[in-house]
Amino acid sequence: MTREELKIKITDLLPSATFEEGGEWLNVQIDPASWLPFAEQLKKSPDLLFDYLFCVTCIDWKTHLTMVYHLSSTTFRHTIVVKAKLDRNTPEIETVAHLWRTAEFNEREAYEMFGVNFLHHPDLRLLILPEGWEGKNPMRKDFEDPVNMIKL
Amino acid sequence: MYRETSIVNESTPTPFSGNGESDMIINVGPQHPSTHGVLHLIITLNGETVKKVEPHLGYIHRSIEKMCESLTYRQFIYVTSRMDYLSAHINNHGCALCVEKGMQLEVPPRAQVIRVLMDELTRLASHQLWWGALAMDVGALTPFFLAFREREMINDIMEETCGTRLTMNYMVPGGVMSDIHPDFQKKVHAFIDHFKKKIHEYDELITDNIIFQNRTKGVGYISKEDAISYGMSGPSARGSGVQCDIRKLYPYEVYDKLQFDEIIEAGGDSFSRYMVRIKEMKQSMSVIEQLIDNIPEGDFQAKTKAVLKLPKGEFYSRVETARGELGVYLISEGGTTPYRIKFRSPGYCNLSALDHMARGQKIGDLVAIMGTLDLVIPDIDR
Repeated sequence: MTREELKIKITDLLPSATFEEGGEWLNVQIDPASWLPFAEQLKKSPDLLFDYLFCVTCIDWKTHLTMVYHLSSTTFRHTIVVKAKLDRNTPEIETVAHLWRTAEFNEREAYEMFGVNFLHHPDLRLLILPEGWEGKNPMRKDFEDPVNMIKL
Repeated sequence: MYRETSIVNESTPTPFSGNGESDMIINVGPQHPSTHGVLHLIITLNGETVKKVEPHLGYIHRSIEKMCESLTYRQFIYVTSRMDYLSAHINNHGCALCVEKGMQLEVPPRAQVIRVLMDELTRLASHQLWWGALAMDVGALTPFFLAFREREMINDIMEETCGTRLTMNYMVPGGVMSDIHPDFQKKVHAFIDHFKKKIHEYDELITDNIIFQNRTKGVGYISKEDAISYGMSGPSARGSGVQCDIRKLYPYEVYDKLQFDEIIEAGGDSFSRYMVRIKEMKQSMSVIEQLIDNIPEGDFQAKTKAVLKLPKGEFYSRVETARGELGVYLISEGGTTPYRIKFRSPGYCNLSALDHMARGQKIGDLVAIMGTLDLVIPDIDR
């Protein structure tokens, strides 16, 4: 589907979604509460079939966090970017690990690096950081490490 | 002190914990020859059968993404050579492409061809090391020396042109760091002639070896749907029949003008992943042969300002490394350093499928499965 067709289709699926101009792919901004049903439709709609979640990440904007999901379809070769704005103090969003298995590891990374709480995640615990780092989120902008040099 | 040194942490059940079954927990790594780096696997075994594999990461995590936030657009590329050190050129290439996309910079044709040549030489060197190491994992020592015989020739070529043998830092925004060495073409020809005569040894020693086939055929199966769901890419995914070569799907530089095949094997087992890489080496040689005598004259680098600035926005570039799809997701606030950068590394997603592939297999086969996934740990621990 082309960018315009995708835009029409997604507006049908989720009327509350807004679109960002520019960028290489269609940027869809959603409310985190609508993410799980929306993700299911993206994966299962026969004319969308977004089966390849190739990039999951989080961005700290100092006032809020943004979860960014890059999705692509191996059947139709179309790509979209889904963004969900999260509250910085209590970041919460539903997990999609049961839809795309790659999300399990990537969400664990976002959990420890940014402190995003993925609801109903099968195994949400530290993956890269050692024990004792719960609650400290090194990739957040206000994180300062007195011992290890992270900033060059 | 932040780093815990104890290997078994308290949350890990002790071996023979009284659950009524004879499950045994075994730690492989973080220092173990078969993990090819500092990877720690906690394996739950029932007899010899693997019930669960749980990777523990972070032993060599350097927080490259965070470091990049305080480095300029010229500097941050150097750090990325240290991610997947066997594909250092291709990592640099992905980052350079991302900065060029942001600046809308045109790369001179000569630089494009040099970049592709270097990428393919890197891919060959990486696959050769993988082949030697995989053979060693399944119990054959000789191939490692044969692989290094060819790999040394590539490293010598790299050293002459780039100055280093492993972390080249040769690709910069706008082109390449310096022009190729006067002997470059001659030496690449000599390497191709040599490797063409020797590649049959790879098949004779390992591919056609019945012991190797028994160790890998039907071992570590993953279906096409699962491979996509786990976000696998590169030769590991193509061994399951997934069409995912970035060079074909989203061509960059001069790849769309070249004649080469995307190797796809439908088997989904360790042997299919092995065959993909063996056949890819022949394709890489063909790409090098098409380009080596046709390097256009001209500049090797576009003219850029001393300080690079990217406009506000988001840029995503993807390249095919020796291990799969590397994505560089760069968010710029208009300054001289990235606001946030995310490296979508191929090894991280490929590793996440290890548990799925290894369940129900024998512990000895786990090593063969890991070997055919071609894990490079610094690529996973960014």
